[in-house]
Amino acid sequence: VTKLVQVLLNGLTLGSLYALIALGYTLVYGVLRFINFAHSDIVTIGAWLAFVFATAIGWAGTDSPLYAMPFILAMSMAACAVLGFTIERLAYRPLRRAPRLNVLITAIGVSLFLQNSGQLKFVFGTQPQAMPKLLSERALFTIASVKVPVVDVWIVLLAAGLLIWLQYLVFSTRLGSAMRAVSFDERTAALMGINVDMVVSVTFMIGSALAAAGGMMYGLRYGNLLQSADSVWVLLGLKAFVAAVVGGIGNVRGAVAGAFLISYVEMFGAAYRSPQMRDVYVFGILIAVLILKPGGLLGKSTVEKV
Amino acid sequence: MTSASPGTNAAKSLAERAAAVKPNLLVVIGKSAWPIAAGFVFAYLMQTVVATTVTDFHGKLMLDIGIAIMCGVALNIVNGYAGQFSIGHAGFMAVGGYVAAAIVYYGSIKLWGSRAIHGGFLGPGELLLVAGCVIGGLFAAATGVLVGLPSLRLRGDYLAIVTLGFGEIVRVLLQQTTDVVLDVKKVQESSALDLSGHLGGALGFFGTPRYLDPKNPFWIWLFVVLVLIVAYRLKYSSKGRQLLAVRENEVAAEAVGVPTTRVKVSAFITSAFFAGIGGGLYAHELGNSLRPADLGFQKSIDLVIIVVLGGMGSMTGVVVAATVLTVLPELFREFSEYRMIFYALALILMMILRPQGLFGIKEIWELSIWRKIFKRRKAVAS
Repeated sequence: VTKLVQVLLNGLTLGSLYALIALGYTLVYGVLRFINFAHSDIVTIGAWLAFVFATAIGWAGTDSPLYAMPFILAMSMAACAVLGFTIERLAYRPLRRAPRLNVLITAIGVSLFLQNSGQLKFVFGTQPQAMPKLLSERALFTIASVKVPVVDVWIVLLAAGLLIWLQYLVFSTRLGSAMRAVSFDERTAALMGINVDMVVSVTFMIGSALAAAGGMMYGLRYGNLLQSADSVWVLLGLKAFVAAVVGGIGNVRGAVAGAFLISYVEMFGAAYRSPQMRDVYVFGILIAVLILKPGGLLGKSTVEKV
Repeated sequence: MTSASPGTNAAKSLAERAAAVKPNLLVVIGKSAWPIAAGFVFAYLMQTVVATTVTDFHGKLMLDIGIAIMCGVALNIVNGYAGQFSIGHAGFMAVGGYVAAAIVYYGSIKLWGSRAIHGGFLGPGELLLVAGCVIGGLFAAATGVLVGLPSLRLRGDYLAIVTLGFGEIVRVLLQQTTDVVLDVKKVQESSALDLSGHLGGALGFFGTPRYLDPKNPFWIWLFVVLVLIVAYRLKYSSKGRQLLAVRENEVAAEAVGVPTTRVKVSAFITSAFFAGIGGGLYAHELGNSLRPADLGFQKSIDLVIIVVLGGMGSMTGVVVAATVLTVLPELFREFSEYRMIFYALALILMMILRPQGLFGIKEIWELSIWRKIFKRRKAVAS
C-alpha cells in the first residue's frame, strides 16, 4: 500500500509540474498554431533565475524566511514573462505571416540561443548547482506512512491555484474571450477590433510565467540544477509537450488532463514495470493517442475545408 | 477527335507510334547508368586524388559533410518534396546505424574471427560494410512503414509529433540494450538473435571496425552520389510530381487523383531507407561514437535545419547547407563558447530575412542569378 500511495502522490506532484509547463505550449499553440520549442528553455531559465535571485539575496538554507519562496517565485515568473515578451516581439512577430515551418525553425533557433547563452560563464555557467532549500525539508503530514514534504504540497497547491486562475482568465474575462477569438480566427478577430499583437504578447507572457513557476518548483523538488543545455531540461519540456498534445493541443483543460495522464503512466510504469523505460511509456502513449484519437483526448477533430 | 476515323486504324497507328517512341534497351540502360558510372568515377577520384592530398582534419570534415549531405537529402524527400514534417529522422539513422554496426561487428568476428578491419580497399570487409549499411537501410525503411502508415493519414503536424516520439523511443530502447560482446569465442557460439540485444546500451556501440576514415572515403561519396541521383530522378519523375502536388495542396492533389497517403508513405520509406544507410556509414566513420544520445533529438533538429536552410525541396540547396553547417562550427572553434550562440542567431536571422532558405524550391542551375549574369554579358557583347 505504501508503494501505491507513494506512486499516487508522486504522480500528483509530477503531473502538476507537467501541467504548469504544458499550459504554456497549449496556450501558444492556441493563438499562433505553432510548437514553441523554446518553451522548455524558458522553464530552465525560470529555475536558474530563481537560483540566481535566491543566492543574490542570500537565502540559501532552510532558515530563510517564510516569504522567501513566494517572493523568489514572483520575481522569477515576472522575469520570465519579460523574457517571453521579448522573444515573441523580436523573433516570432516578424514571422507572423510566414509558413509555420519557418516559425518552428526560429523557435528551435531561439531554443539553441537560450541554451547556449545560459552556459556562458557570466550567465549561469556550465556547473550544476544545488537549488537553495527555500522550503523546510520536514514532512507536512503523513499518509499511510508516506511522508508528504512541504514542497509537494506547495507544488500541487500552486499548480491548482494557477490553473483555476487561468481557467477564470480564459473563460470569464474580456482578455480571455479575446484570446479565444484570436485562436478561433485571427483575421476575423482583428476585424472585430481585437488587438491581436497585444493578445499574442500577453499569451506569451502568461505561458512563460507558468513555465518559470514549473521550472522553479522542479528545481525545488529535485534539488539539483543542471546546466541549461542539459538533456534533462529538454526531456522535461518534451514530456510536458506530449502532455499538451495528448490532452488536445490548444485546449487548456486538455493540457491538465494530459499532464496527469502522462505523469501517472510514467510513475506507475516506473514503479511497477521497468524504471528505465519510463520515457518509452510516455512517448508510447503519445503515439497511441495520436493514432486512436488524433485530436487528443479533449481536442476536437478538425475537418479540413477546401 | 472525330468519331469518323475507323477504330482499327487508330489502334494500329497508336501501336506503331508506341513502337517508334519506345527506345532501344541499350540506350535506356546507357542513359540510366551513366550517372551511376560517373558516381563511381567521382568516388574513386575522391579516394585516390582528394583523400591523399588533404590533411586528416579536412578529410574528416569532408566525411562529415558527405554524411550530412546524404541524410539531409534523404530528409528533404519527406520535408521538402512531400511537404510533410519529420523531426525524428535521427531515429532512422540510429536504426540503420545500429543494424549496420551489429552486422559488421559481429559478422566480421563470426566470419574472420576478429573485429579488426578486414581486407583493403574494396576488400571483403568493405563489402560486408556495404551489405550492413543496405540491410540497415532496409530495417530503417521497415520502421518507416510502421511509423508512417498510421501518422501519414493525419495532418502534417501530427507526423512531426509522432516522429519526434519515435526518435525518442528508439533512443531509449537502444539505451536499454546490454554491453557489446567482446569475447570472440562467445560471439561465435551465440546466435544472431542473442547478439541483437548486445548493442552497448547508453555507453554506445564501441569497437566497430572503422572502415571509413579520411584516407578511405570511397563508400561515403558513392552513396552520396547515389542518393543524389535518386533524389534528382524522383523530383523530375511523375512520382515526384505527385509528391510536389501533395506539398502544394493536398486536397487539390487528391481531387486530381493523386493517392496522397500512398505517395506520402512511399516518400517516407525512401527517405528512411537512405537515412538508415547514412546512419550505417556514420557508425563506421573514424572518430564518431555510436551512442544513442548522439542520434537523438538534437541530431534530428540538425538535419531539419540543413533542409530548411538549404531550401525545402532544393537538392543543391541541401548540399550547400550541409556543407556550410558542417564547416561553420569548425571555423568558430576558437570562440567555442559563443559559436552555438552565433549559430542560433544566424538561424533566427536567416528565417526572418530569407524565409524560403538559400535556394527556395529551386536548384542551383534554376536560380535567376544566372539569367542576370547571362543577360549582362549579352548586353556587353552587343
